[in-house]
Amino acid sequence: MIKFLFKRLLLTVPTFVALMFITFLMIRLVPGDPIEVRRGERGISPERLEILRHEMGLDQPIWKQFGDYVWGIFHGDLGTSVISKTPVLHEFLTLFPATIELSFFAMLIAAGLGIPAGVFAASKRGSVYDQSLMGIALTGYSMPIFWWGLILVLFMSNTLHLTPVSGRTDLIKYFYPAVTGFATIDSLISGQKGAFADVLRHLILPSIVLGTVPMAVIARMTRSAMLEVLEEDYVRTARAKGLSAWRVIGVHALRNALIPVITSIGLQVGTLLAGAVLTENIFSWPGVGHWLTESIARRDYPALQGGILLIASIVIMVNVLVDLTYAAINPRIRYGK
Amino acid sequence: MKTLKLFGAVLLLGTILGSTAEAKSLVYCSEGSPENFTPAKNTTGTSLDAARPVYNQLVQFTPGTTQVEPGLAEKYEVSADGLTITFHLRKGVKFHSGVNGFTPTREFNADDVLFSFNRQWKDDHPFHKVSGGAFDYFNDMGMPDLLASIEAPDPMTVVMKLKTPNAPILANLSMDFATIQSAEYADFLMKKGTPEQFDQIPVGTGAFSFVDYQKDAVIRFKANPDYWGGKQKIDDLIYAITPDATARYAKMKAGECQIMNVPNPADLEAMGKDDTINLMSQAGLNIGYMAMNAQKPPFDKVEVRKAIAMAIDRDAILKEVYQGAGQKAKNPIPPTMWSYNNDVKDIPYDPAKAAEMLKAAGITSLDTDLWWMPVQRPYNPNAKRMGEMVQADLEKVGIHAKLVSYEWGEYRKRAQAGEHQMAFLGWTGDNGDPDNFLAVLLGCNKEGKPNGNNIPKWCNTKFQEDISKAAASADPAERTKLYMDAQVIVADEVPWLNIAHSTVFEPVSKKVTGYKVSPLGSHVFVGVDVAE
Repeated sequence: MIKFLFKRLLLTVPTFVALMFITFLMIRLVPGDPIEVRRGERGISPERLEILRHEMGLDQPIWKQFGDYVWGIFHGDLGTSVISKTPVLHEFLTLFPATIELSFFAMLIAAGLGIPAGVFAASKRGSVYDQSLMGIALTGYSMPIFWWGLILVLFMSNTLHLTPVSGRTDLIKYFYPAVTGFATIDSLISGQKGAFADVLRHLILPSIVLGTVPMAVIARMTRSAMLEVLEEDYVRTARAKGLSAWRVIGVHALRNALIPVITSIGLQVGTLLAGAVLTENIFSWPGVGHWLTESIARRDYPALQGGILLIASIVIMVNVLVDLTYAAINPRIRYGK
Repeated sequence: MKTLKLFGAVLLLGTILGSTAEAKSLVYCSEGSPENFTPAKNTTGTSLDAARPVYNQLVQFTPGTTQVEPGLAEKYEVSADGLTITFHLRKGVKFHSGVNGFTPTREFNADDVLFSFNRQWKDDHPFHKVSGGAFDYFNDMGMPDLLASIEAPDPMTVVMKLKTPNAPILANLSMDFATIQSAEYADFLMKKGTPEQFDQIPVGTGAFSFVDYQKDAVIRFKANPDYWGGKQKIDDLIYAITPDATARYAKMKAGECQIMNVPNPADLEAMGKDDTINLMSQAGLNIGYMAMNAQKPPFDKVEVRKAIAMAIDRDAILKEVYQGAGQKAKNPIPPTMWSYNNDVKDIPYDPAKAAEMLKAAGITSLDTDLWWMPVQRPYNPNAKRMGEMVQADLEKVGIHAKLVSYEWGEYRKRAQAGEHQMAFLGWTGDNGDPDNFLAVLLGCNKEGKPNGNNIPKWCNTKFQEDISKAAASADPAERTKLYMDAQVIVADEVPWLNIAHSTVFEPVSKKVTGYKVSPLGSHVFVGVDVAE
């Protein structure tokens, strides 16, 4: 197992190196630099532009900038945001808990509804239930996040007044410091009556919106995995033994069908973080998704490089974890057989 | 990080203990997070708005106008030669106490004024390089070239000496970059070893003191009980950071905020019909124009520029691009600005005459480019559509315009370098002084070369004389006359086609009273109240 883990981790090294190159170079291929973008129609004289570019190190040769960037990474320094002048790592760590919190609840909804829906559809293969559920899943998969978010806000918040429009908390009623950055935990620490429930109310819409696509993927994946497993001999044997349908499906079939489902859940982490960019914008959610879009618009090179590298690292690590989980479930993978 | 958390916890405790059950809150849905809380370091409206409740300047704009009134200077005198301005500082003004562990031991005085200006001006000032040394507005307004000295003959007097007389300086000093910060707070942080907090946790003399900021989420202020202008009617001022315009409107409808910034043009009609919303508007202090590069033939000929201007149907543009939320422009300065010359005759839309004039100038067919900005701006909500309309109009008179655009930073840089033949751009005023439009946008240097922001690359000796004389004059009547004459020259020479001055809209809850829309696009919450 340790050998497998070592091999798997070794494989991530070239991915990280490629990531560093790609993030660094791609950003610089976009025309405009942070100073010029910031100036807008006010313009800037060439002399002043030179002074400010020098201050930010943008006048250095590209290889030197890249060298400094890599050197910084190996020393745990991702640079300083050219806009806010705060360390990128600090900004990321301040905002990332909000993204994790949202992604966690979105995944909870996606897996909590997606897996049972897939199992149910598979067990009723070809029925009207199966077709309806898969139709809904396909619709969910094809739904543009931006449109879906706005529709939910207009309907649930503005028409039915069931949920708040956006943000993480009722700003007039509650005020507590961001101790952990997770609003659910911070609201509990604050001890303010009703604060935790208020945070959950704020989480409903963004979690549904962000969880919709992964939910559809998980439901479809669960259904197809289940269908395959349900054809297996051991399932037929289990049925022949007279086990209840619930036991055959829920225990014997589902456990084996879960391997591809876990893979797809792991892959959905990337989808969640990508979806967070849009969801956070619609719901004024103070996470890294919104921070990155702002950084692109402002050409905040250090924030973009650092942010993308950190997020990509997290996605890679989650994928390694998924691989390890399979290995735990299926020993054949572990031994490379 | 630990210090900030501790600070947050202390603030929280203070707020809980200090708040009463009937605390009155006003929530403003802002569009983004500030870069920092030092106005001198910022140029974006978002960042300047975020710091404004905390601070004051020596002189300030009366809310809702561009009139200059006394601020931290209770009075000021300008010498007869216009070279010396003496500010008499307001006595008994207190800096906010208890923010970031800082308790002021003295009241506001001349040291704070010297600190605030010298930080921007002197490279060797201990705070010049803190959080980077970019003081864009201070440089843009030409302060380093203008200032000879700033001195304090006594603790309550500041004397500012200029190298040349400059009438717009009082309007300039009312701008956010001229905010007065606490020299004592700077010393306190320097001793603590955290000078960078000076720009992150602000301490000022303003109507509201800073309480808390969570990036991309919220900024909180509370009313300053010792404010020299009197305690405000609202207790808590909250900026709910809401980047999406549709979400801001949804929050307004749900009562989650009472004032919002930058509405979606498509939502304006619905907002106007909403019973709970007061859709306030103000003629914007802006101009959207189409520059014709006077250094490139055939645009170096006045008659060609005039003919092109005549060939373009601006009424159609107003209807289609501005959707009625703007007015046709005939001068480079907006009609709400003093010295606006209403006698100037606008260029009529007359494609037949335009074609004739072009023919007379020897042009029967012309290939040119027309640049459209890749961004939406208050003075030009849809430059691409505008480009298509102008292209179609020009085609009718034999001019084949190719539409061109670049990334925004690149666009401005190339336009500043004069690479274009025709280009859209515009301007939103900083301080209500005509100099801020005419000199910045159409001015030339002593060698007769166009300034960077002079996109038509047009220089005219008489025009330059008029605006230079006006800037140096302390006589408002003389200045008005000179600026009016300058507008006549622009109308005759047509360096650009004035397109429109757009209207600025701000949706405000009907529960809010005392709020005034600023022609400068800023948001001021002094004197605002909200019904329970």
